[in-house]
Amino acid sequence: MKHIAVAEATLEPVAGRESNDFASVTPIHQILAPFPVAYFAAAFVTDLAYWRTAEVMWERFSVWLIAGGLAISALVALAAVIDLVFARQQPAWFRALSYAVAVLLSLLNVFVHSRDGYTAVLPTGMTLSAIVVAILLVYSITAGWTLTDRRHGVRS
Amino acid sequence: MNRRSIQRPAKLKCLATASAIAVAGLALASCDDAGGNPAMQVGANPVLPALQQYLLPPIRIAPPVPWGNDTPKVPPGLQIHALATGFEHPRSLYVLPNGDILVVESNGPKAPVFRPKDIITAWVETSAGARAKAPNRITLLRDTNGDGIPDERTVFLDHLNSPFGVALVGHFLYVADTDAIVRYPYQDGETAITAPGVKLTDLPGGPIDHHWTKSLVASPDGSKLYVGVGSNSNVTENGIEAEHERAAIWEVDIETGAHRIYASGVRNPTGLQFEPETKKLWAIANERDEIGPDLVPDYLTSVQDGGFYGWPYSYYGQHLDPRVEPQRPDLVARAIVPDYALSSHVAPLGLAMYMGTELPASYRGGTFVSEHGSWDRTPLNGYKVVFVPFANGKPSGVAQDVVTGFLDGDNHTHGRPVGLAVDRRGALLIADDVGNTVWRVSSAPTTPVPKPAQ
Repeated sequence: MKHIAVAEATLEPVAGRESNDFASVTPIHQILAPFPVAYFAAAFVTDLAYWRTAEVMWERFSVWLIAGGLAISALVALAAVIDLVFARQQPAWFRALSYAVAVLLSLLNVFVHSRDGYTAVLPTGMTLSAIVVAILLVYSITAGWTLTDRRHGVRS
Repeated sequence: MNRRSIQRPAKLKCLATASAIAVAGLALASCDDAGGNPAMQVGANPVLPALQQYLLPPIRIAPPVPWGNDTPKVPPGLQIHALATGFEHPRSLYVLPNGDILVVESNGPKAPVFRPKDIITAWVETSAGARAKAPNRITLLRDTNGDGIPDERTVFLDHLNSPFGVALVGHFLYVADTDAIVRYPYQDGETAITAPGVKLTDLPGGPIDHHWTKSLVASPDGSKLYVGVGSNSNVTENGIEAEHERAAIWEVDIETGAHRIYASGVRNPTGLQFEPETKKLWAIANERDEIGPDLVPDYLTSVQDGGFYGWPYSYYGQHLDPRVEPQRPDLVARAIVPDYALSSHVAPLGLAMYMGTELPASYRGGTFVSEHGSWDRTPLNGYKVVFVPFANGKPSGVAQDVVTGFLDGDNHTHGRPVGLAVDRRGALLIADDVGNTVWRVSSAPTTPVPKPAQ
């Protein structure tokens, strides 16, 4: 691969550089993807705090964090589509799906957290928060923040 | 090539689909959730189904449309007409000894946004016509020629702070603003009070002020005021510390302003009144939301000194509410079952014990209750004024619909009944805070009066 790339670069310096630059541009969604992860993880922490204290402030933190995470998730999805269409990316199925499951569960969770009183968090809300964090841990450990891979076999 | 990404998607897709179905399914489950027959929940022994908790609590508002030439409906033997129109959100009524009618035009303070849900709630209330600007005044209506139609209308008191309850004791008029009871000097026949008020006592007000209406009644001997102070939340979602001295009926000394909690655990007590025969204090209460279309029935009850009525820990005695932690078994153990259920989510906000003679004799001694109407139940419930017959100072039968027609066939609302009063001649007055009208119900003439030719 290297050889070919070098050969190409040598033979067609202008075209080669263009192709290389384009592929190495960070996909847009990759910039946004960590935010929901951080928000959902923080919501789990504030859920734990609510569990220990029954102090409504923590429940409010949780529901705003989950809602914020969902709002940015929508942007992530939009950006991922743009990346797939325009930036020569293909879905990284495992990561993309685990991310999607985490977001869907968080959607469920924002409704649970919108209940009034203790059952906004316990037991269902905190359980969902924990599951989401577990899924996202697996996701981030396996591959950082990207939901797509560079498309293989694409030549300019 | 990432091998993992090829091998695993089937399983994950399944999980993703399952959670998508779960979201959709639960949402549907909450939509397809009609309440039972409200008649099962009227009276001393309401049927209480198992509680349920929602992902998407139902929102079912009746969009307001003007009355036009329409009026509410009354049964044969009664007639209804608009006493006066063009008010701004009239919430409660009070009749002075000389027959002048006070119309309290009021609305709650702006609700704070604590959670994303509060933004939705604000939007819902706006569409239901419940977010009108607070006019914060009391208008006086006077009928100088005794034909039942007021011919004088003046601003009686202005620049109040979300007023609701009014009580005249001697020559002092007590007005319950949302955050204080204020005393004004009143001379017989006055059409406007210009003297500044003197604060008798603070009441729990902002910054949250979830249930803002402060109902007011004076004891028969005029030495005490009783104030209904609603809770600061549906069910403690603003924290138990926000409920200090709320969800309670206060007894306030009329001389000193000192108060004590007369009864507690009443989520939103209004319509305070002394039963004329037994001189016992009665109230109506709005119970909690979001645990089902048939939970929890709102109620009418006598109020016992020192009594605890369950909120927030339990309802109808010892039915625990799992949304409240930590629980208080000591309080729940002595929670009183209210006397008379009015069915769920009807939102009773006005009460008039009838001792007049204008209406047919069957109404004498009983109680009218206005049901402002539900916003979170399918099918809609309330939106009417009912009559609860009393005997020996207690409810003695099934509530009857008296004033209906606030909802049309398409579930649009022309108006919503709130405050009730009985005028000097014995007719029933109804404040309508969506139709912005005060209605007057009287006996129909025994022989039909021919319509004058126009």
